[in-house]
Amino acid sequence: MFQRSVAVGSSSGLHARPASLFVQAAARQPVRVTVAKEGGDPVDARSLLSVLALGARRGDTVVLSAEGPQAEDALDELAALVALDHDAAEQ
Amino acid sequence: MTTTAPGAVAASALTGIAVGSGSAAGPVARMAPMPALPEPRAVAAADAPAEAEAALSALRDTVADLELRAAKASGAAAEVLSAQSMMAADPVLADRVRDLVLGGRDGAHALHAAFGEFRAALEAAGGYFAERTADLDDLRDRSVARLLGLPVPGLPAPGHPFVLVAEDLAPADTALLDPGLVLALVTERGGPTSHTAILAKALGLPAVVGCGDTTALTDGRTVLVDAAAGTVQLDPAAEAVASAAAHERRRRERSARVRGAGRTADGHPVKLLANLGALHELSGAAAADSEGVGLFRTEFLYLDRTEAPGLDEQTSAYRQVFDAFAGRRVVVRTLDAGADKPLPFATSADEQNPALGVRGLRAAARDPELMETQLAAVAAAAAAGSADVWVMAPMVSVPAEAAGFAARVRAHGLPFAGAMVEVPAAALRAEAMAEVCDFLSIGTNDLAQYTFAADRTLGSLAGLLDPWQPALLELVRMTARAGERRGRPVGVCGEAAADPLLALVLVGLGVTSLSAAPACLPEVRATLAEHTLDDCRTLATVALTAENALAARAAVLARAG
Repeated sequence: MFQRSVAVGSSSGLHARPASLFVQAAARQPVRVTVAKEGGDPVDARSLLSVLALGARRGDTVVLSAEGPQAEDALDELAALVALDHDAAEQ
Repeated sequence: MTTTAPGAVAASALTGIAVGSGSAAGPVARMAPMPALPEPRAVAAADAPAEAEAALSALRDTVADLELRAAKASGAAAEVLSAQSMMAADPVLADRVRDLVLGGRDGAHALHAAFGEFRAALEAAGGYFAERTADLDDLRDRSVARLLGLPVPGLPAPGHPFVLVAEDLAPADTALLDPGLVLALVTERGGPTSHTAILAKALGLPAVVGCGDTTALTDGRTVLVDAAAGTVQLDPAAEAVASAAAHERRRRERSARVRGAGRTADGHPVKLLANLGALHELSGAAAADSEGVGLFRTEFLYLDRTEAPGLDEQTSAYRQVFDAFAGRRVVVRTLDAGADKPLPFATSADEQNPALGVRGLRAAARDPELMETQLAAVAAAAAAGSADVWVMAPMVSVPAEAAGFAARVRAHGLPFAGAMVEVPAAALRAEAMAEVCDFLSIGTNDLAQYTFAADRTLGSLAGLLDPWQPALLELVRMTARAGERRGRPVGVCGEAAADPLLALVLVGLGVTSLSAAPACLPEVRATLAEHTLDDCRTLATVALTAENALAARAAVLARAG
């Protein structure tokens, strides 16, 4: 199993647009990815409701996990998305 | 002023609180209510797969409908709808519904329970995550209604212009409202400062809110909504509709004739200003015929975030506003956090009565940095532009607070510092307030709430919150008189300023400027132009001496004719 820990970059946290973009990207991956708050239970990264329910705010660390040959590429892409400040990028 | 004399309401009419302006007739289209959940039903194991498929198909229909509507919408509305469709399309939600049905529940209860689990999780996450629970409830109701074959809650789409009738309207309901198709709004609940009322004013639609039972208003039935009289007539006679239409046409023509600076018939100037609460309203507000902004609400910069916006971000937002209003006045209200606008970094969650808690200027005392940054940003933006920038604080209770605020504003090189009068104590000591700052601005919505000890979000207390209440007008008079004695301008920036008839009374009480939704200004301007200052003073006396709010309005209406 591969993992990436990354701090949430958007000022609104994993909420609103940043959460939607993350979930859409997770659904495009060839492998199944889970996301958890540090120390919390992992949830399906393709589930917008589960991701919102994490309540991950800016600066919180989330852990992305996946298995399989393409797992590392998938995790890299998703981790970059989590770290990006989408709210700032919009302005 | 109106087609319907007070007291002459037809027997087949509903009465409520009048909002917005004008009148309109048309067929009713009701917003379907939340579906009632039937009694739980046992599902045999053999039927469970089909039951699960029916529930999932209802979910898929909800998604398809939202996607369709998102494709038709644009901007913020499209984004709201896409996010909702993604929630309804959640694979984990669907799995959960299937599991619950296979575990023995019927489809409707499985949908209800599955949404309920996510709802609880979001609520536990708190803050702006918890605000999404309203979306979940909406999706749940839509899906359950589809499964049960009931009308889907939400805006009706009858395919022709209609009078929208609803229990109440929430912001999410109205994101997609097409002002070209909606003729008027009628709601059972809601008061003069409810979301429906604010929306009606922004769109320039006639509305009657807080009507009580509207079961008589069935789909397709013709009604005549008169927002001057606060009545909804059922099956109006053709002559009544024609006369209302003719009156409406004259009203629009009359409003279009008068332009420019506000003044009474005898030339007494009354500044007419626009309310502004978000940057997306800026171009519309700047294009409107006004002398500037009388209430620039700055909360939009702070909402939905975990920490306050920085100096640069704020400065650039204020610059956009000041540039759009170059050469005109902009009255900036500093952050009004708390009560109905909680912010994680400025308000505490453990208050029993947030409306009476640490909000507005009181929050600034707890976190001085928050206000310092805001004032520095306003000052920097003001220095870079040519707008006439005034700054005022919300929720000022005693003169010492106003003095402290004014000192901080002036320390930033901003020459005009004011206090909002929203607390009765401030009105009672208005002269001392006026002495220590440069202007006063009366927020009638909150002033009514605090004067009558009536929660402004409760539709059931709408009668107490009526801005025509003589006790409220008395406080306005005291404040305006105090301003006059000290040579300080006194404005009104609540919903009261948007009512042309009440505007006459406010001017008669001594108010020097009125700030309202831009769509309301033309009629206020035209009405002022038809009355002298003496007329206004007489009307003010009539309103002040009335027995109650309804009598005050009726008496002024009869007199102003």
